[in-house]
Amino acid sequence: MESIRELLKAIPGYNSLPPLLQDFLPMLASCVIILLFVAILGMFLIWLERKVSAHMQDRLGPMYVGGWHGWAQSIADGIKLLLKEDIVPAAADPLLFKLAPVVVFVGAFAAFVVLPFGARSIVADLNIGVLFLLAVASLSVVGILMGGWASNNKYALYGGMRSAAQIVSYEIPAAMALMTVVVLVGSLSMQDIVNAQKGGIQNWFLFRIPFTFMAFFVYYTCSLAEVNRTPFDIPEAESELVAGYHTEYSGMRFAFFMLAEYANMFVVACVATALFLGGWTQVLPARWVPKQLIPGPILFTLKALFLVFLQMWLRWSLPRLRVDQLMHMCWKVMLPISLFLVLGTGFLAVYWK
Amino acid sequence: MEAEIAGELMTLNMGPQHPSTHGVLRLELKTDGEVVHEAIPHIGYLHRCFEKHAENVDYPGVIPFTDRMDYVASMNNNLGYALAVEKLMGIQVNNRVRCIRIMMAELNRIASHLLAAGTYGIDMGSYTPFLHCFRDRERILDLFEETCGARLLYNYNWVGGVMYDIPPGFEKKVIDFLDYFEPLVDDLNRLLSHNYIFIKRTANVGILSPETAISHGITGPNLRGSGVEWDVRKDEPYLDYDEFDFDVAVGEGKHGPVGSCYDRYMVRIKEVKESCKIARQAVAKITPGDVHESIPKRGKPPAGEVYMRTECPSGELGYYIISDGSLKPYRVKVKSPCFTAMSAFKEISRGAMISDIVAIVGSLDIVLGEIDR
Repeated sequence: MESIRELLKAIPGYNSLPPLLQDFLPMLASCVIILLFVAILGMFLIWLERKVSAHMQDRLGPMYVGGWHGWAQSIADGIKLLLKEDIVPAAADPLLFKLAPVVVFVGAFAAFVVLPFGARSIVADLNIGVLFLLAVASLSVVGILMGGWASNNKYALYGGMRSAAQIVSYEIPAAMALMTVVVLVGSLSMQDIVNAQKGGIQNWFLFRIPFTFMAFFVYYTCSLAEVNRTPFDIPEAESELVAGYHTEYSGMRFAFFMLAEYANMFVVACVATALFLGGWTQVLPARWVPKQLIPGPILFTLKALFLVFLQMWLRWSLPRLRVDQLMHMCWKVMLPISLFLVLGTGFLAVYWK
Repeated sequence: MEAEIAGELMTLNMGPQHPSTHGVLRLELKTDGEVVHEAIPHIGYLHRCFEKHAENVDYPGVIPFTDRMDYVASMNNNLGYALAVEKLMGIQVNNRVRCIRIMMAELNRIASHLLAAGTYGIDMGSYTPFLHCFRDRERILDLFEETCGARLLYNYNWVGGVMYDIPPGFEKKVIDFLDYFEPLVDDLNRLLSHNYIFIKRTANVGILSPETAISHGITGPNLRGSGVEWDVRKDEPYLDYDEFDFDVAVGEGKHGPVGSCYDRYMVRIKEVKESCKIARQAVAKITPGDVHESIPKRGKPPAGEVYMRTECPSGELGYYIISDGSLKPYRVKVKSPCFTAMSAFKEISRGAMISDIVAIVGSLDIVLGEIDR
């Protein structure tokens, strides 16, 4: 946001505006930028998912819209969804029904505030960055539960209930896994965490100590559950619950759920990148390549997209767990492992430093 | 204390329009949270009066109606009926017809099992195996299309012969397909059958004990999945099945009790391999001849009755035909394997979870066209 403020200051006459407006305009500008980024990213990821799944399944996927490999398919779909009739089921609770997609989207959207895309490309480097992330990530549960309940549909209700149980459970091991890094760095700020990994691949927390190495996998698995991806996609298990919590949604509201889902996928990938894969810092060791070759924001996005690709790969290869197996996995496997990791890292941080 | 905690049961209406009821089955689930206390199947949404139709058309005219029962295994349905009428009329067909029939029946069995395995993958939340299965099934349908012009409802096995002779070079195409397809079964196994999550989801679910299976009259892969070695092709051979070398696949209970969903699924996968073996042998045995040789000029059987059962992909399909000596059958009764399989559903699904209900329905490989007829 600082760089945006400086850019705005360069505009003649900006300094003569009222101070309140001078504070407000950069915020608005960053909001618009994130919103655009999320929308374009969501559409790109939906297209990517369709292409990845298609090639894994021996087909081509979208090929016609826009010419090159159907790149405009998501735009066409978006326009179609925009033009669709806005349906609120007669038995639904209209207010909650309309609010739910917004809440889900806000959760995904707000997380972008603390994502460190580059040394200066961050909206706000909050000193409680990781905590903020965990907090807004759980906002989507509220929206999903709201949508499931307000739809007044049994399948949607099941989807909402499953989702609430799942996300709330998996947040704990996910947060614990992130704590290992926080313990080592001693700060919750995202930029501090990234800066601690400067200097190439050997400094990434992924390869720093065995505990953080394992923590990465624990976090990645839990993040799959948090964003309802296979093998943890039981809230929207189409073969069981039709479409889960968004069964009754259509048109733009459905598109918001979809967009939020893909934005969330990207957010958790970004968090994993920032905390374990060195964020925007260079891949090659500084000993060999002293200067960063690829600009930070591009490198960060590439790293995150690689993790998103992994999510897609997993989704199109694995079957789905059952609800009780999912809970078993969380409380009896993931939670003890993550607790052990936090303890181990703590000991290392205190006695070995 | 229990009674105080237990709340009201919620009725969840699954189907008839639901992604994983495999057609238009309606399941009435009495649920307590995720646990299903009772699952009541309601059938009849696809009832098309097959048996009444059959009383009003001549003998060969029934064959297109049999197509529409188990519509993913039409060849086998035709075959059973054709054999029954041939038995009634005392018609003997030549070797070429017999070999072509066996080849087609086994290819169609592969196609049907591929569909069953693929859709089962979807039921378990894995979409990719489904499209891989359909890619291979498509090649079989191409072969059928070349022979009889149809891709789903073939009307191919006629009373006393088959509709058209196979085109020149067809044998080679079948062998080519089998060469291409057989290694891919292992691919499917790696992707789905041996997947840890898949095994966890299916190996302890929907246990159908051999006793229950037999008492419900369940046949086919569902019965063999429970460890009972019974295959009409082996135990009561029709056509030339006794001259073919193949094994009967049975459930082994490798990852849990015998008779689980996993066993029923694995029996189908093994049967696909056996069918490949049979089809290869059938191709080798084809001799020149006229496939229309024994087709009767006028299909008028003597008065009497006949029961003929054949091994369809879903199980034992029986035709019971009563003839009063006229051109039309007096009565055609079908013993449907899917219907009997569905009869045990209520029993094996008690106390399961909602996800298990989907697993059980998928593992029974029901085709609603055959249940309702």
